[in-house]
Amino acid sequence: MNLVTYLGLAYHAEQTFADSLRTVGQGHAKHPDVLFTCQALAAMSDEHVERLTPIVQRYGASSGKDVKEPERLHADGLAEVRSGPVGLLRDLQDLHVLGTLVQTTWTVVFQAAQALRDDELIELCEHASGQNSRQLSWLNTRLKAAAPQSLIAA
Amino acid sequence: MTDRIADIWGGRTPYAKGTAWPVRVDQHLDPGIAEDQVDRWVRSACLLCSNGCGCDIAVKDGRMVGIRGRAGDTVNHGRLGPKGLYGSTPWSHAADRLTRPMIRDGGVLTECDWPTAMGRIVEVSQRLLREKGPLSHGFYTSGQLFLEEYYTLAVLGKAGLGTPHMDGNTRLCTATAAAALKESFGADGQPGCYADIEHCDTIFLYGHNLAETQTVLWSRILDRTHGPNPPVLVCVDPRRTKVAEEAVRTGGVHLAPRVGTNLALMNGLTRELFEHGWVDEKWVTAHTMGVDELRSIVDSYTPERVAEICGVDAGELRRAARIFGTSDRVLSTVLQGFYQSHQATAAAVAVNNLHLLRGLIGRPGAGILQMNGQPTAQNNRECGADGDLPGFRNWDDEQHVQQLAELWNVDPLTIPHWADPTHAMQIMSYVEEGSIGFLWISATNPAVSMPESARIRRILSGEQCFVVVQDLFLTETARLADVVLPAAGWGEKTGTFTNVDRTVHLSEKAVDPPGEARSDLDIFLAYADAMDFRDADGAPLIKWRTPEEAFDAWRAASRGRPCDYSGLSYEKLRGPTGIRWPVTDAAPDGTERLYTDAVFPTATETCETYGHDLLTGATVTQQEHRAMRPDGRAFLKGAEHTPAHEPVSEEYPLLYTTGRTVYQFHTRTKTGRAERLRRAAPDMWVELSPADAERLGITEGDVVRVESPRGWIEAPARVGQVREGAVFAPFHYGTPGLAGEVGRQANELTMTVWDPVSKQPCFKTAACRVRKVRAGDGPAPAPDTAGSAPASTSGGTR
Ligand code: SF4
Repeated sequence: MNLVTYLGLAYHAEQTFADSLRTVGQGHAKHPDVLFTCQALAAMSDEHVERLTPIVQRYGASSGKDVKEPERLHADGLAEVRSGPVGLLRDLQDLHVLGTLVQTTWTVVFQAAQALRDDELIELCEHASGQNSRQLSWLNTRLKAAAPQSLIAA
Repeated sequence: MTDRIADIWGGRTPYAKGTAWPVRVDQHLDPGIAEDQVDRWVRSACLLCSNGCGCDIAVKDGRMVGIRGRAGDTVNHGRLGPKGLYGSTPWSHAADRLTRPMIRDGGVLTECDWPTAMGRIVEVSQRLLREKGPLSHGFYTSGQLFLEEYYTLAVLGKAGLGTPHMDGNTRLCTATAAAALKESFGADGQPGCYADIEHCDTIFLYGHNLAETQTVLWSRILDRTHGPNPPVLVCVDPRRTKVAEEAVRTGGVHLAPRVGTNLALMNGLTRELFEHGWVDEKWVTAHTMGVDELRSIVDSYTPERVAEICGVDAGELRRAARIFGTSDRVLSTVLQGFYQSHQATAAAVAVNNLHLLRGLIGRPGAGILQMNGQPTAQNNRECGADGDLPGFRNWDDEQHVQQLAELWNVDPLTIPHWADPTHAMQIMSYVEEGSIGFLWISATNPAVSMPESARIRRILSGEQCFVVVQDLFLTETARLADVVLPAAGWGEKTGTFTNVDRTVHLSEKAVDPPGEARSDLDIFLAYADAMDFRDADGAPLIKWRTPEEAFDAWRAASRGRPCDYSGLSYEKLRGPTGIRWPVTDAAPDGTERLYTDAVFPTATETCETYGHDLLTGATVTQQEHRAMRPDGRAFLKGAEHTPAHEPVSEEYPLLYTTGRTVYQFHTRTKTGRAERLRRAAPDMWVELSPADAERLGITEGDVVRVESPRGWIEAPARVGQVREGAVFAPFHYGTPGLAGEVGRQANELTMTVWDPVSKQPCFKTAACRVRKVRAGDGPAPAPDTAGSAPASTSGGTR
């Protein structure tokens, strides 16, 4: 079943997203709201990964880590941050791109979960998508707040 | 009248539930002045805390020489507290008042005339506008100006310059009150009023040391708890304050949660309401939304889990919840213990939730008072000098922006409304990085009052930004400025202000300001003139000159909005009492309580905000809001408890918390110049619990060093009433900031971090360590009349 590949993608994408959020948070720690909110958002993704693990196992992989998605499905995380006000903007934007990958992945998995009538997975998809919207909303809010000053006055 | 330094709240005038609070007129005249020597009494209201007591100023020979409470005023029924009595006027004739402008020349502040000072300001302002545009300008104002001044500042900033970088120190005291009201009810504005004290059965005080912060309001409560059928009090505070003692005495509860865990406690209380069926299901269905989500969020906060997180007794938590759940009329008040702590907005919103779940709103005795820390904070919020748009308008609603554009006759794009307004801490960051190159600070002292003071001093003294400071004295902040402007203070100018329960007072000019000092209104008008701000037709943007004209302009701006002043006038405010907004043709005498019809300003077209995610601060979009169709229903909103930003560690094992005490206000600019108040609490101290003191080998009066990862202070120790593991420091003892000076500002230690929704800085969640520096030579200089009394002299220790 190809679902397991997509569960692997959800697993990896959430983990990459969480790691990248932490990297960006730490890298821009002089903005305390960025630091602490990124940590809180990363914790949400951690929780999704944790709850996904037994489901992945149920579908036949020994753990999410074991599922190898095809190379072109994979997204790289942010290994380091950029500097300065425009750097912050670009990093937030990159996080947003990763976040939308997570979002569409859950959409795809959700469709399958419904077709399979897998209540546990349905519940997780709903929960994770809800949290994912909060993550994206914050990135959007912060981008909007930072953009004019960074592009015009900095 | 007794000495009100020792007898803070004055004699009791007990009264029964549902009857009027008796009148008691308090008065103080300078030594040597007899009542019949007073030339005249001038109408005003006290400006030394957010209570807003109506008063008259005594004038003799062109000097303010005393004060008396107004018997007929709805706020205080004639009473005044120690700060109002002893601190209202002495500053006005202090020898060190600023009387002439100053500019920095060759590094030194030098006196000059007004044209020179204003010329320097306008030159820098215009150059930056040319080079970088309006985003290069920032304004940081006060919680102590008058409405007319805030509104003028808002118009010149938003429509003249077009900068989103405007805020006030109200961000430090009251931003969470505003945010919590907006999140729950759709717009700012206090639902209840002080008269709810007369009608309630129960009073919950959340993080609110009312006995010290608003002494007159506390008298009003004491007079009920000492009268027939007294209310039961419940107090949430990590210190054993007088409020906590009274809670125990009245058969209520004192809950002392670990610093930084308020939201967990609130989630526990909320869960209990659900568990025991203390929810008015019918009312909730008809008038609120979000109940199911709230229920699922609080579901895991069992009393036992809360007990573990907060370090409170599960039985006591249950008891407090039962009191809330089974009382007919509950009044809740909230202040800095919640607002300046971790997850501030979520915790304050949780208080609103409790009321909504029981339908306890809009009727006598069922009030919510999300308090203000400063006397005119409400006006800053209404008028939009704190970044909000005037009249509680929504920056995210094109129609609201259009209304303002028409009112001011400017292009709507001039008015910055593309994102949440820039908050004070962010303004400071922009100043730090140099993208704001012009910062105008009026009537506030951020070098003392903002978190992480060393950083603020560095930012303000740097070369990257031109700093204008307008104040009464050469404060710690003014010393760092490039231009200092001498301002007129309370009693030296006319204007109105509105207290936390929406009561508007007129404060009239009693005397002339000293030297060349000018009212803040005149200073802002002079800048607007010099900058030649114009409207779309080329006419001057600001069309008023006098306070009364400014007030009338504001009345027009507020018409139709929740804070509607349209039916008010100076003439009306010359009556026996202040008047509560909204005042309209339909409600010409004002409005005692909001939401009596359970209709809230949450409709998408009406609301002041579409709301935020309480955990992250992400904004809800207009589209999302519309999809929810709130249509007048209030929001029940919740959030998970998360650990505070700086947990204790081996290196910093104690939790640091700060607060105001009874004899001081703001950064003591005024109260520190009043002899009696100064003598009552002359210097900084630090409070430890008896257990921690013993473990650290510290006894009363020993000089201790308190350190956090950001800085240190040294002060005598009071072995006092804080809970074990916590260290309390009174904020706002300034320091001249000279090299070698021993640190004594509470904010040397606090963190640069803020609540995600209200953007109010957290002053109460830093980790610290304490060690003895040397033995003291007597008790700490802390007063022993209130919450800072030594543990040995007071009832319970903890
Ligand atoms: S309670 Fe506040 S407003 Fe009233 S007299 Fe005291 S300081 Fe002034």
